[in-house]
Amino acid sequence: MSLRGKAAIVGAALAGCGEAHGKSAMEITVEAVHGALADAGVSLGEVDAIATCQPLDMLSGLTLAQELGLNPRFTMNNRMGGSSFLSHTLWAAMLLELRLADTVLIAYGSNQRTASGKLMTALGLPTYEAPYKPLFPLSSYALAADRHMTQFGTTREQLADVAVAARAWARKNPEAFMRDPLTREDVIASRPVSDPLRVRDCCLVTDGGGALIMRRAETAKDHPRPPVYLLGGGEGTTHRDISEMPDLTATGAAQSGAAARDMAGVTPADIDVVQLYDAFTINVILFLEDLGFCKKGEGGAFVEGGGIAPGGHLPVNTNGGGLSCVHPGMYGIFTLVEAVRQLRGEAGDRQIDGAELALAHGNGGVLSSQVTNILGTEATL
Amino acid sequence: MEKGPGPDAVFAAKLADGVFEIQKCGGCGSHVFHPRVICPACGSADLEWVAPTGRGTIYARTIVRRKPERGGDYNVVLVDLDEGVRMMSRVDGIAHDEIAAGLKVSASIGEGADGGPAVVFRPEGGAS
Repeated sequence: MSLRGKAAIVGAALAGCGEAHGKSAMEITVEAVHGALADAGVSLGEVDAIATCQPLDMLSGLTLAQELGLNPRFTMNNRMGGSSFLSHTLWAAMLLELRLADTVLIAYGSNQRTASGKLMTALGLPTYEAPYKPLFPLSSYALAADRHMTQFGTTREQLADVAVAARAWARKNPEAFMRDPLTREDVIASRPVSDPLRVRDCCLVTDGGGALIMRRAETAKDHPRPPVYLLGGGEGTTHRDISEMPDLTATGAAQSGAAARDMAGVTPADIDVVQLYDAFTINVILFLEDLGFCKKGEGGAFVEGGGIAPGGHLPVNTNGGGLSCVHPGMYGIFTLVEAVRQLRGEAGDRQIDGAELALAHGNGGVLSSQVTNILGTEATL
Repeated sequence: MEKGPGPDAVFAAKLADGVFEIQKCGGCGSHVFHPRVICPACGSADLEWVAPTGRGTIYARTIVRRKPERGGDYNVVLVDLDEGVRMMSRVDGIAHDEIAAGLKVSASIGEGADGGPAVVFRPEGGAS
């Protein structure tokens, strides 16, 4: 039995992206839920399973049920960091296929920008890292970038080009938080934080929320918008702390991507549009390699000089990504919402013509959890 | 399993006594760090404490940038010990930007950020 094409996203919405003054994380979450229900043409009472994961609320699944007045048949609170939501879609598809649930809601929200101005997290430094004061999570990614540069000759300019591409996409997205022009020189001249990474290598700190409604494929066309089918998915977990990562240049995305492609029956060359969790510029280079869009070690050359920018050879992070569009702490759900918009053909100036197959990829922890979803239009079933 | 403190507490107690030891698996011979209850290579609970050579090689390095009035820049590294395990640490006695992957280092017990004992490294051969 395969889950390929058995479930679909029939509703998607964002809320509170950028700055949502005076709102709590759960209020932003519920605004996104309200939007996704309207988008799907589904009433609140039809939701019989929910999934969420929030940075500070360890029991956020229960909080969401309470705020919505629901007594769900299943409440999923899987926590692997920013990748969680791409795992929630896989569990949702399983529940739907087994007829243990009929309508699954996946939601997220954070007010980290207006509430604190920085990353809000319940995590402390690991026992065997704390004595050395790495910045959490920045220094972990800096170590990965340093190693990639050492091992493969990846350049500072190539890292910068990831941020430049994200900004070029953001300039086409009226919802993006940062839309001023950004050059390679700007990135390289920005403030150093944890070498080799600089401020403009780092994702934004914004507010924002997102929500998705999933149903079985057989009823997916009974909704106002075109369904987006889940064709494949997979996970990889290689460590929790960066000092325990077996190889800093090889992430669990190799495993998650292969599993997702096998289920979907597609190759990297088939994918029309890619949404990657770009917490830092190095992430994009690592994931493009590990997901098979280029060979290991060639990610720097792949992104160089506009390779993933508008007009490049592969459209990556068409909303502007976590680097320039929105990053409220756990970005994974935003990769899915942007993939849905592209596959519905509703992405405006940044629309990829004829997009039928999208890959969304989430990262959790410090390159620790990798989860891949491959999504497609009805034509790909 | 034996009664008494777990491997984290044993490691911390040894370090407080000025002793840096890691574990070695009686089942498969692998060295293990950080301290664990069972060997991640083979699953055996037969782990004994051994003294590493203290020699290692820098695997990756970052320099955390901090204003001088807040203490200035410092380095954070990942070190591959000759025994085949990796650990986070810092390298003292060398300019931050001279630390790079491949640098040979040796361990000693210094002071961590919280003021407690921590394993730190210096360039092998005592480069100033």
